[in-house]
Amino acid sequence: MTIIAATVRRELLIAFRSPGDIINPLMFFIIAVTLFPLGVGADTEFLSRIASGIIWVTALLAVMLSMDSLFRADYEDGSLEQLLLSPQPLYFIILAKLGSHWLVSGLPIVILAPVLASMLALPSEAMLPLLAGLLIGTPILTMIGAVGMALTVGLSRSGLLLAVLVLPLYVPVLVFGTGTVSMALGGLGISGLLALLGAMLVMAICLAPLAILAALRISVS
Amino acid sequence: MLSVKDLLCERDERVLFQNLSFSVVAGEIWQVEGSNGSGKTSLLRILCGLNDEFDGRIEWYGQDIRKARQDFNQSLFYLGHTPAINKTLTPKENLSWFCASRGLQKQAEIKGALNSFNLYGYDDMPCYQLSAGQQRRVSLARMKLSDAPLWIVDEPFTALDKQGVNELEIFFAEHAAHGGAVILTTHHRLEIGHAVKRINLDKLAGLAG
Amino acid sequence: MWQWLFKLGSPKWFYTMSGQFIPWLTGITVILLGVGLVWGLAFTPPDYQMGENYRIAYIHVPTAIMCYWWYGMMACFSGAYLIWRIKMADMAAKACVPIGFTITAVALFTGSVWGIPTWGTWWIWDARLTSTLVMLFLFAGVMVLRSAFDSVDAGAKAAAVLSLVGVVNIPIVVYSVEWWNTLHQGASNLSLSDTQANPPEVWLPAFFTGFGIFGFFMLALILRTRNEILQRERRADWVKDIFRSGKGEF
Repeated sequence: MTIIAATVRRELLIAFRSPGDIINPLMFFIIAVTLFPLGVGADTEFLSRIASGIIWVTALLAVMLSMDSLFRADYEDGSLEQLLLSPQPLYFIILAKLGSHWLVSGLPIVILAPVLASMLALPSEAMLPLLAGLLIGTPILTMIGAVGMALTVGLSRSGLLLAVLVLPLYVPVLVFGTGTVSMALGGLGISGLLALLGAMLVMAICLAPLAILAALRISVS
Repeated sequence: MLSVKDLLCERDERVLFQNLSFSVVAGEIWQVEGSNGSGKTSLLRILCGLNDEFDGRIEWYGQDIRKARQDFNQSLFYLGHTPAINKTLTPKENLSWFCASRGLQKQAEIKGALNSFNLYGYDDMPCYQLSAGQQRRVSLARMKLSDAPLWIVDEPFTALDKQGVNELEIFFAEHAAHGGAVILTTHHRLEIGHAVKRINLDKLAGLAG
Repeated sequence: MWQWLFKLGSPKWFYTMSGQFIPWLTGITVILLGVGLVWGLAFTPPDYQMGENYRIAYIHVPTAIMCYWWYGMMACFSGAYLIWRIKMADMAAKACVPIGFTITAVALFTGSVWGIPTWGTWWIWDARLTSTLVMLFLFAGVMVLRSAFDSVDAGAKAAAVLSLVGVVNIPIVVYSVEWWNTLHQGASNLSLSDTQANPPEVWLPAFFTGFGIFGFFMLALILRTRNEILQRERRADWVKDIFRSGKGEF
């Protein structure tokens, strides 16, 4: 079995055996979205204007919260050290880990988003742009979050430190993701924005594993 | 195999050891001794390449390990304090991942490795259902599957009963006899029928300071 | 040239060399700042659009530009530390962070002060202010990360990695915020970066304050780095000599 397949298999097995790690961020996503109408009122016209922003911000926070399950268990049981000592190409192992993590944390958010968006009265022509943005954006968020997680996994009470490090870096993804919805509602083409998001995704795929490896080596030493 | 020249380790402005030089040749067993806090674990982690904060040179067959990382990693088996076993996976799955991570095609031998460490019948139970000693033995079972010549082990005898300790000692001796090398730390008094070379970090510190 | 750069990596050399030109740097900075501030705040003609209120720009604009440049400089030091393991670079990077935070905070504060008479509000979500706010968060993140580690070495390396990750992201963040600003155009498109053709007597003082502020913060950086050197090398003989001779300063 190639190392990538073995890694994906391992990560998915671990994830499905701790269902809490998958379900909790999703529940957070759903509950947090529900808080907004309770906070700002149920006026559908108003909600429909802020719907994409609410979905994006809560999705971003949910992805960030799901980061804890990425390296922490491996760090605590020593598997991370063994990983760093593996003669196999670490770059691809890390990418495989990130991909599997996105499959169980980011993808469910993308799947659930249309349901929540229509609860927030998002206009139907905005649905597809929202989904497209989330589909490209959530992997980027996972990778940036992973860099932050790799830096803080060795700290005992890192808690919200991850948020302080990672949220400012999430700003471009948030801006372009919600931008696709605004542009679509304004009748403008969104392919340029999606291309921009795609470019950011490619850049993240190329560079994030390097930063993650450097950060993991620091955390493990 | 492994040669260390003038190793200096400073952790947070405290010098753990300095001017440490030694060479490990195939067939040798080395024991690192020292009181708690003298830097035994740090030394082992430096030798593995997990810790980069040192001065001096560490060479694997003449090549700096920082430069020949892949070669070195291929030839190294490291066992630290933690068993490096994921608790939600079964022993079989853990060992299967281990094989994949080292490029070994030894799926068929996994059962045999587990059995040789007295883990009959535990193949398919999640590891959190095993006792600490059993988890430790799952971790040790990796040694049977590994083809690495150099073993660096930190406190391998923890959580093992008397029989387990004996068997492990024999296992180390066999590995050395077959041309491998072992570097280990332990508080336990080794009874291997094999000459053991020693590094004492307390004495080293005493010489320096 | 490489010799000189190599020497720069020695804390002792940096300390003694910087000690020699600090008095000069202080003098030049005081003159530049003094001339610039007095000229800009008192003697320039009022702007036709904003009246007397634009004068805060003499402080705001240099600091707003500097905060990005400062992060870049800090990232260079961090890179030097991570790649070539030059401890001096880490000391400089560590000294950079709180100063960078201050520069950004001053930029935001002076921006707010400018905003009150100009738009009637102390905060506006325009592209520049928002980007500068994100810069503030990035500086804060590096500060907090370094201090969260128990081990000094690990904290230094982690802060260096974060700085490098941040510096790659800054152009993206700035571009995205500018794009966001054009998309959500509010009723008033008053940007603090509105530049009209200004006569020389208006922008000349800006040169003075610009270089003066630059000199001021560089001075702060050098002094902070010297403190860091003294602290980290406190067991070295040359440091002990300094303390013994009672000449703590230059």
